[in-house]
Amino acid sequence: MTIPDRSSFTAVKSWLLSDTPASALQARCQRFYLGWQIFRRNPIALAGFIIIAVLLISALFAPLLTSGDGTNQTLSNRLQAPSLAHWFGTDQLGRDIYERIVWGSRVTLYIVSLVAVIVVPIGLCIGTVAGYLGGWVDNLLMRLTDIFLAFPRLILALAFVSALGPGLENAVLAIALTTWSPFARIARAEALTVRNSEHILAARVQGASAWRIILHHVTPLCLSSMIVRLTLDMAGIILTAAGLGFLGLGAQPPLPEWGTMISTGRNFLLDQWWVPTIPGLAILLVSMGFNLLGDGLRDVLDPRSGG
Amino acid sequence: MTDPTERTNVGAESDPPPSPLWRHPAVLKFANFIFTISLTFIGLTAITFVIGRVLPNDPALAIVGDRASHEVYEAMRIHLGLNKPLLLQYWIYLSNILQGNFGTSIMTTRPVLDDIIRFFPATLELASVATVAGVFIGVPMGVMAAVRQGRLTDHIVRVIGLFGYSVPIFWLGMVALLIFYAKLDWFPGPGRIEVYYDGIVTPVTGIILLDSALQGEWEVFRNAFMHLILPASMLAVYALAYIARMTRSFMLDQLNQEYILTARVKGLSEGAVIWKHAFRNVLVQLITIIGLTYASLLEGSVLTETVFAWPGIGQYITNSLFNADMNAVIGGTVVVGICFVGINLASDFLYRLVDPRAR
Repeated sequence: MTIPDRSSFTAVKSWLLSDTPASALQARCQRFYLGWQIFRRNPIALAGFIIIAVLLISALFAPLLTSGDGTNQTLSNRLQAPSLAHWFGTDQLGRDIYERIVWGSRVTLYIVSLVAVIVVPIGLCIGTVAGYLGGWVDNLLMRLTDIFLAFPRLILALAFVSALGPGLENAVLAIALTTWSPFARIARAEALTVRNSEHILAARVQGASAWRIILHHVTPLCLSSMIVRLTLDMAGIILTAAGLGFLGLGAQPPLPEWGTMISTGRNFLLDQWWVPTIPGLAILLVSMGFNLLGDGLRDVLDPRSGG
Repeated sequence: MTDPTERTNVGAESDPPPSPLWRHPAVLKFANFIFTISLTFIGLTAITFVIGRVLPNDPALAIVGDRASHEVYEAMRIHLGLNKPLLLQYWIYLSNILQGNFGTSIMTTRPVLDDIIRFFPATLELASVATVAGVFIGVPMGVMAAVRQGRLTDHIVRVIGLFGYSVPIFWLGMVALLIFYAKLDWFPGPGRIEVYYDGIVTPVTGIILLDSALQGEWEVFRNAFMHLILPASMLAVYALAYIARMTRSFMLDQLNQEYILTARVKGLSEGAVIWKHAFRNVLVQLITIIGLTYASLLEGSVLTETVFAWPGIGQYITNSLFNADMNAVIGGTVVVGICFVGINLASDFLYRLVDPRAR
């Protein structure tokens, strides 16, 4: 966006703050703007936002930020301490760690977005159907959800990966399998609160089918709490993925996944501390960013459940 | 089903209409509780069955290898029961588990259950010490943060909590080893105990701290305790982050209630208001949280055990995993899963028992 001159800026502002929005689009933009105003005043949330923005930028512009793709080996250059040429030093195969961290942000984003793409629709689907239809469907689906909710996450993911074989996609599947249940619970709770509200009744009187109501009227109302929960869960997803990578069950070398980098750098901990330490700092920073962002989003989108 | 004694009682009872014993709310609650447990257990075993027997391409081929003749392969399939219908296979698997039969470990050639009994106490020791530390540090932290809401103490507690939530525990363990073992040499390195203390204490419970204390071997106790401090602190960081955060929000809920105002108006000291009034109510809610923490540490110690070479169930599972020892992996998963589910349900049950509002 380019910054226009002063007069059009105030015009945009008055459009955003008008008491009588003329269109659905304007109303939506206004809500977004007001949310942003609350969000902006919260320094903690803003810090999280900046961290995640940096993650996105480094993933998007990785080819511009580095000269290789994080797998270039220069054995004569191995285990160099951090310097101007290699900001974070080099690892046991002479690869630049800064480069691998930047390219690793792609892997991290890939993992969390894949998990989100699997988990949110499943949770929404099961939760809204259970909450809206009620009765034995609700009972059955929620018992199923409770079973998954009661499982130990990491151990189950471990067993799952061991059956399917190590690899990034299997790690994603394993994490998704153990992550979807809270989303179904939340979607159900939201669906229960709106199922008897007047706009749903109006739609029903107009003859809308149950599927149409669930898809067009209930699901959109669940989205904000799903987004909050997803952001707060991102840290857990990243930590589990890194843990699987650390055990050698996630992404396989030479892919620059941060957990795998810690694991392969472990042998150099005592003499070349930067090899395993820097990727760990990256994980810490990003999961902290998601936690901060999630707290901030909760204050904006879902003020009821604020803690 | 009619009970003869019940029929005689019906006439004797006067005003509240007599309801049969099985309709009593407590009995219904208990029945529901048992139902939930068995359902969760069936779900857990079903999933591990799918993971262990259905997902791997061909368990029989994995054992005999691809050079085996067709007859050998078929014999192995029949031996493993793979020719039976899936549901029957699951039933056999379930009844085996109920009898404590998890098969034999390829790696150790012992029954998996024996292995688990050998390895589990180490995990139990680690998780228990970490939970206790997490409670004794996290609860006061949470209370302090709530009492001084918005002030410096609150912010410090929030930052510590955020750190505990966001840090990869296995990485923190490595950094702690680097600083406190390699550089400063304050604590011993990985492992449970120094090699030269091995075998001095005869294992009774398998928990070295307990065994050595019972047998009066204080030097062994000291050594084992020093070994325990670093890995337990790593787990405690996570535990106290969670406990402090929950304590803070529970405490804030209570401090905004009117009875707190009443207590203050009566002129009670601040300490009495906080600890005798507000905290008493928080304590009940904390039972569930502590249970959850303990359960998640039991399973979450896998990575910490790997970093600290701690011979617990987590290391047993990961080692078996790399040796394609599926019986051991599944057995370990089921046992940890049962503990996890059991602790959660037990703390839930305890909570209902203690809190009159939840009855």
